[in-house]
Amino acid sequence: MPDTILHILLVLAMPPLLLGVIGKTKAAFAGRVGAPYLQPYYDLSRLMRKGTVISETTTWLFKAGPVITLAATLFAAMLVPFGRHPAPISFQGDMVLFAYLLALGRFFTTTAAMDTGSAFEGMGAAREVTFSALAEPTLFFALVALTRLSGSLSLTPMLNHISTGVWMTTGAALLLMLAGLFVVLLAENCRIPFDDPNTHLELTMIHEVMVLDHSGPYFGVILYGAALKLYILGALFVGIAAPFTSGDGYLDWVLFAACMLLLAVAIGVVESVMARLRMVRVPQLLVAATILTAFSFVLIVR
Amino acid sequence: MFSQIMGDPAARVFAAILLVALSGVPGLFIRTGATGQRLATAASAVAAALALPSVVTMLLARQTATYSVFWNLPFGACEVAIDPLSAYFLIPIFVVFLCGSVYANGYFPAARHGYAEARVTFFYGLLAAAMALVVIARNGALFLIAWEVMALSAYFLLVTEHEEPEVRTAGLVYLVATHIGTAALFVYFSLLNAHTGSFLFPAAGGLHLPAVAATTLFALALFGFGAKAGLMPLHIWLPAAHANAPSHVSAVLSGVMLKMGVYGILRFLSFVDAPPLWWGGLLTGMGLFSAFMGIALASSRRDIKRMLAYSSIENIGIITAGIGIAVIGQATGNARLAYLGMAGALLHVINHSLFKPLLFMGAGSVIHATGTRELDTMGGLAKNMRWTALFTLAGVVAISGLPPFNGFVSEFMLYMGFFGEAASSSTASSYLVVGAPVLAMTGGVALICFVKLYGVAFLGAPRSAQAAGSHEAPAAMLLPMAALAGACLFAGLLPQALLPLAEAAMSVPAPVSAGLGGSPVEPGWFTFAGLGLLGLAAAVAVLLGRRLSSLPSSASRTWGCGYLAPSARMQYTGTSFSEMFTTLTKGVVRASVIHTEIKGFAPKPSAFGYVPEETVIERFLVPMFNVSGSCFAFVRRVQSGRIHIYMMYFFVTLVTLMIWTR
Repeated sequence: MPDTILHILLVLAMPPLLLGVIGKTKAAFAGRVGAPYLQPYYDLSRLMRKGTVISETTTWLFKAGPVITLAATLFAAMLVPFGRHPAPISFQGDMVLFAYLLALGRFFTTTAAMDTGSAFEGMGAAREVTFSALAEPTLFFALVALTRLSGSLSLTPMLNHISTGVWMTTGAALLLMLAGLFVVLLAENCRIPFDDPNTHLELTMIHEVMVLDHSGPYFGVILYGAALKLYILGALFVGIAAPFTSGDGYLDWVLFAACMLLLAVAIGVVESVMARLRMVRVPQLLVAATILTAFSFVLIVR
Repeated sequence: MFSQIMGDPAARVFAAILLVALSGVPGLFIRTGATGQRLATAASAVAAALALPSVVTMLLARQTATYSVFWNLPFGACEVAIDPLSAYFLIPIFVVFLCGSVYANGYFPAARHGYAEARVTFFYGLLAAAMALVVIARNGALFLIAWEVMALSAYFLLVTEHEEPEVRTAGLVYLVATHIGTAALFVYFSLLNAHTGSFLFPAAGGLHLPAVAATTLFALALFGFGAKAGLMPLHIWLPAAHANAPSHVSAVLSGVMLKMGVYGILRFLSFVDAPPLWWGGLLTGMGLFSAFMGIALASSRRDIKRMLAYSSIENIGIITAGIGIAVIGQATGNARLAYLGMAGALLHVINHSLFKPLLFMGAGSVIHATGTRELDTMGGLAKNMRWTALFTLAGVVAISGLPPFNGFVSEFMLYMGFFGEAASSSTASSYLVVGAPVLAMTGGVALICFVKLYGVAFLGAPRSAQAAGSHEAPAAMLLPMAALAGACLFAGLLPQALLPLAEAAMSVPAPVSAGLGGSPVEPGWFTFAGLGLLGLAAAVAVLLGRRLSSLPSSASRTWGCGYLAPSARMQYTGTSFSEMFTTLTKGVVRASVIHTEIKGFAPKPSAFGYVPEETVIERFLVPMFNVSGSCFAFVRRVQSGRIHIYMMYFFVTLVTLMIWTR
């Protein structure tokens, strides 16, 4: 029970911190002081106090989009184990539900974008669905490889099966899988090199351009939802990459949080040292990631 | 006497089939007013009320009722029977026929279409009854008669608007394609007769054949039934036919008639005592290929009904993949795999027959309101057509396989089949799991396709005057859509209700699955996940609503990124929405782009055109048909067009055959 409470607390409170850490890392690379770590929280609380402007073109779907997307992402967050602790909800086949909940969120984010009738938002929606369709097989190759490795059909035993011992025997395959998953993590969360969350040119955006018309609390919900998505995909990544346990339950939570912050630093480093890709190059990288995870699957089956 | 007969559930089903067949007849004689159509609708409702409860009770009790039919045709004894597999396929026939009949009152009213309506209503009933007969027939000859009645009434339905040249062409292609398939079935049933010595269907698992004979039969069944189901690459007739039929007809063609091909394959598999492993592999491969290609082609179309037609190819592909997995399970004695494959396939049969008719009816309402099928001239319809937009949204989410709707349940079963193989210890079968990423990719592309369909048609600003002046459909059209949308949600939240029916049906073609003694997937989790999701969404909405109520809100125009005179024509169109994916899949989904180069200081007027093509048909099959057409031009000489000459042909053929058989 305390594990479930801690899980929910982390889901509710920690995701925006990742964005703060990424921002701070990027600032450090650029030689700036940067915004405080807690800046995303200030942004959220400011948005929650602002009024809204709603386009006349839109229907109820525009308002329902952020709500359903957040609900789907929250549910998905209950399926991923954090560190060595079991997820609050775990059953046979929950990994498929996990992937499809993210797809449900994507469906409603993109329809809400189409609802505004803006060319830019349509453009962003088209990119989002296309790139995600290409990222989908990577995630599933990784999931079947994990299933093969652990012999179980649920995320919690799947990730908890990974240990330093497993790394010793199947390290190469896991490394390939992590590379593929890292690409998916960056692509699904619209980070550099796929998308630049800080760009100012609508023509080149993916995620940010889809939510141009959302304002006030709606935008706050979207920002938090996006941070949460980064957090749960990150937790999936960390579950494989850092299979350490201290032996003590509470210390494991601290360990997990530290690993998540480390991941945020890693993303920040990638964002600092890389330029974003040209749009036509993105599919190539996504297909390459699929092939990496396919390789890892073959190595595990062999 | 009457009450005694009607006490038998099977007799009630037969009475319902008869009622359906005759439902359009009064309309042929009552030529004025809507009485004929109303009577037909009432008949369809009575038939559904008679048949559906009986079918469900028979399924749950796993009863088989067999009746001999007295006939004096020279094809031996004739039987009709309702076993669990037949009963299962009767459900979508009656459900969709009822919904379509109600919908027709608003969509194809007698008041506007006059005698054409009576014709459509007559053939509509005949089509449904013929499909029901296909499902219960146990004699090859009776099966083929029903099959042909079904194919021909579908032809007469889809050429309803025969004034259009496009419709006539589509009808002709359909007629040729369906008869090529039927020809394969003639050979199939003749060979079956040669092996078993009777046109009666062999009992389940009762066909023991040498490998070559079994393979020949399998190939013929796959060709004949696959062509009807629209499996790639036998799908050439499908998109044009389904796009050009009236929408309530498309709903039955796509939602039910394609499943008759699936039924045929399943029925054949039930004959064979031990299907070899490679059949399963082939079916799985063909299914996944169809699924991916179908949805990739669907996503690039500009015609709303063609998108739906291609997506039917995808769904039939998913069903076939499920059957293939089940055959692999059956061949290797893996009960779990057989169960999950069959459960996925059979649940998808029902699920697809709920959301595809719903979407075709939604498309029908849109066409009714805007007068066009061209997606890129629509937009903003959700404003004037609230209910249509809401029900179509349910259909769109369901067909994309997203929770909490029913499409997710059947795909989940297939995923569990794939993942289960990954967890098993054998190396060979774990390569089957490559299907999981393919299915995931298909799901991803389905999202492109249906976000495009819904976003471009219903959302944004209207792109044309017709779209701006659209109106909500009448209640007769909304009612069946509401029922189907509700059914999609129900089947997604409570698959427990459908699973026993599918379990009963799967015992016929995949008896191994019974060894499991229950579902390896706990269906309660679907209920939990669906309700949890809806609960979370409600909680977020309430919290957000409370926050918003204390904040100011104002309305404005969509942010044009600094541009002050945006117009509806500047919106992203459907074509541009799918352009990126179409470009990525250039090898299979081509689009011919017509544009003139702009050069010089005073450029001439220029134009840009974008026509999505289909590589398989337009680059390969059409040239092939052209060549064969010119090669066989000499045969045309026998076609004089004079009736007495044709009657002479009949006579000469008959005499020749009589001499030959002496």
